[in-house]
Amino acid sequence: MGFLQFLKGAVKQVTAGGKAYKAWIALLLAMIGIGLVGYSKQWQVGLIATNMRDQVTWAFYVGNFTFLVGVAAAAVLLVVPGYVYQWKPIKEVVVLGELLAISALSMCLLFILVDMGRPDRLTHILPWPGSPNWPSSLLSWDALVLNLYLIVNLSVVVHILYRGYRGRAYAKWFVVPVVVFSIPMAVGIHTVTAFLYNGMAARPYWNASILAPRFLASAFCSGPAVMIILFQILRKTTGLEIKDEAIRKVAELMAYAMFFNLFLLGAEMFKEYYSRTEHLVYTQYFWQGIGDKKALVPYAWFALFASVVAFLLFLIPGTRKNWVTLNVGAVLIFAGVYIEKGMGLVIPGMTPDTLGEIYEYRPSVNEWMVAVGIFGVGGLVLTTLVNIAVPIMQGTFRAPDAPPPVAGETAFAPH
Amino acid sequence: MTHRGRLPVIQDSPAVEGGLSRRRFLQAAAGSAALLGLSACKSSDVLEELRRRNLKELSKEQLQEMLARLEKRWTDEYGKKVTVTAKPPIPGVDFGYGLDLSRCIGCRRCVYACVKENNQSRKNPQIQWIRVLQMEKDHGVDLAHATPYYDPEKVPEAGHFYMPVQCQQCRHPPCTKVCPVKATWKEPDGIVVIDYDWCIGCRCCTAACPYGARKFNWAEPKLPKEEMNPVTDYLGNRPRPKGVVEKCTFCLQRSRAGRYPACVEICPVGARKFGNLLDPKSEIREVMDRKRVFVFKEDLATEPQFYYFYAT
Repeated sequence: MGFLQFLKGAVKQVTAGGKAYKAWIALLLAMIGIGLVGYSKQWQVGLIATNMRDQVTWAFYVGNFTFLVGVAAAAVLLVVPGYVYQWKPIKEVVVLGELLAISALSMCLLFILVDMGRPDRLTHILPWPGSPNWPSSLLSWDALVLNLYLIVNLSVVVHILYRGYRGRAYAKWFVVPVVVFSIPMAVGIHTVTAFLYNGMAARPYWNASILAPRFLASAFCSGPAVMIILFQILRKTTGLEIKDEAIRKVAELMAYAMFFNLFLLGAEMFKEYYSRTEHLVYTQYFWQGIGDKKALVPYAWFALFASVVAFLLFLIPGTRKNWVTLNVGAVLIFAGVYIEKGMGLVIPGMTPDTLGEIYEYRPSVNEWMVAVGIFGVGGLVLTTLVNIAVPIMQGTFRAPDAPPPVAGETAFAPH
Repeated sequence: MTHRGRLPVIQDSPAVEGGLSRRRFLQAAAGSAALLGLSACKSSDVLEELRRRNLKELSKEQLQEMLARLEKRWTDEYGKKVTVTAKPPIPGVDFGYGLDLSRCIGCRRCVYACVKENNQSRKNPQIQWIRVLQMEKDHGVDLAHATPYYDPEKVPEAGHFYMPVQCQQCRHPPCTKVCPVKATWKEPDGIVVIDYDWCIGCRCCTAACPYGARKFNWAEPKLPKEEMNPVTDYLGNRPRPKGVVEKCTFCLQRSRAGRYPACVEICPVGARKFGNLLDPKSEIREVMDRKRVFVFKEDLATEPQFYYFYAT
């Protein structure tokens, strides 16, 4: 009964808004519309609507999936200082990180779905009526951990928000263990996704032990970059109180993660170029191109440039404190990791193919349309959740019978 | 020198950019209307597909029922009597394959005999289970100097040799372990099979295969009625649907009936040898006894049941 009322109120929160908000929603819906047009064509003609072929059998969709798994784990960068170290400025906004994780996970699952040749047979991966190849298949593991991580985040978020709406603090016995559990889970979704590639001896570019650590390092850059920008937008548009130190702490942690990421990249480059075996060819394809096949080269160097510049901007206290340079850094880091962890990971893994053929892949218009649609869905999920969460955090969206908010106290960080 | 006729390998080109021009949109619309019509009359099949379980969980009766239904569907569809068997592996048989690199002339007759026998899609997508690589004698077996797209008037070309690659039926198949739904496995007679009606089309196996042996149906396969081979086996050469992976099965519809695979039968120079590894008198054992064989990409420890050798 009370929950129904909460839902009704939530719908009201989401549908009410000014002109800019309505335009934003309209944009997201238009993106989803484009995605639907693209996907309906793919549904009719098959995956030939993409530019994937037998030589490059995974590409743009799977690249986006991989990148977004990284974004999903970003919440951990807030959870650790927030809950483990009880650092209040961050604890107050942890829930936003979890919302971002939910949005990213919904996109991850959609990107896998659109990449499937037979989405109608999705049930084959369930224990009933299907036959999951567990524990041998990493994809069956990935399906398990991604859904589990989604459930963990959803349950915490719903609990905290509902309690906040009722004017009550969250139940520590429930939230703390689940949130702590989400830390190894976040590492888990990364490791499993990395192992999905890592375990394939047929693809030397992926068959490197450094892959999983690199996944983790770059993930702690990309997701928080979104968070830094989101925090500032919310402060401006909703007046939500987010302390400067919280944002700067996130940026500082990102600098360390990016340093580690660049170090691992260097280690990989040294090994490939110095030993110069036949496996060098994939790294060469990414950084130099092979003959006249150079589709990825400009992206590779841009990604490196973006990552290095962002690292410096976040490392130096002066530029970290300056909002302009901080935001430039956030955008650069996001772009850099998007290239490196998306197409930069998937495509060189398959170019040249296992018989030495070089098929230069570029996403088709149709693939772009589908991807735009999925990002639209992710944006809508995030917008919706944030629009319910923020008024609860501010104490403006409350149950009629809830006690009035106490100044300086929020549902997210009770005294 | 053998004249090899015109048997080009077509490289499926990337889709034309601006894929939603008016003409293409209309084509797509017309196609979707046709598809909708088709799926409407096949709704019972769709229902059956939703109801079914993994092949290994089916009872004998359920399997027979399924085969009968498929026979009827394809008999109607291709306008000829189609048989669909589910031949079990023969006890005491472990298939092995030998390919003599010094004899192969690169004529690609095996490729086309395979396509004909195994009902592959002919064009858009063009699917071939055998890839013949032209290599340079100066480099030996070196994939960085190999191409499947050679197209001279006559083969073999001076300075080159040829290396056909197909499913190596590995003893440790990297492809089956990555499948998330147990749609592909290795049979007791050594053949790695796919249940085409269980595959979800995730393409983990194509990524995991070191030999490029697994091919995906990027579109609805195009199999002309008159070219369809009606003698089929469920795990072998039966028609495949859109969106699933397929591969060489050593023509199990033939080999499990004591016949040679189509590629062995057609080879004009006798470069292809086939037989039971457990039978000391078989052709493949003779090759292994008398010649020195090697396997492709032995460093990956896939342990293929497909051996290459140089007879002369």
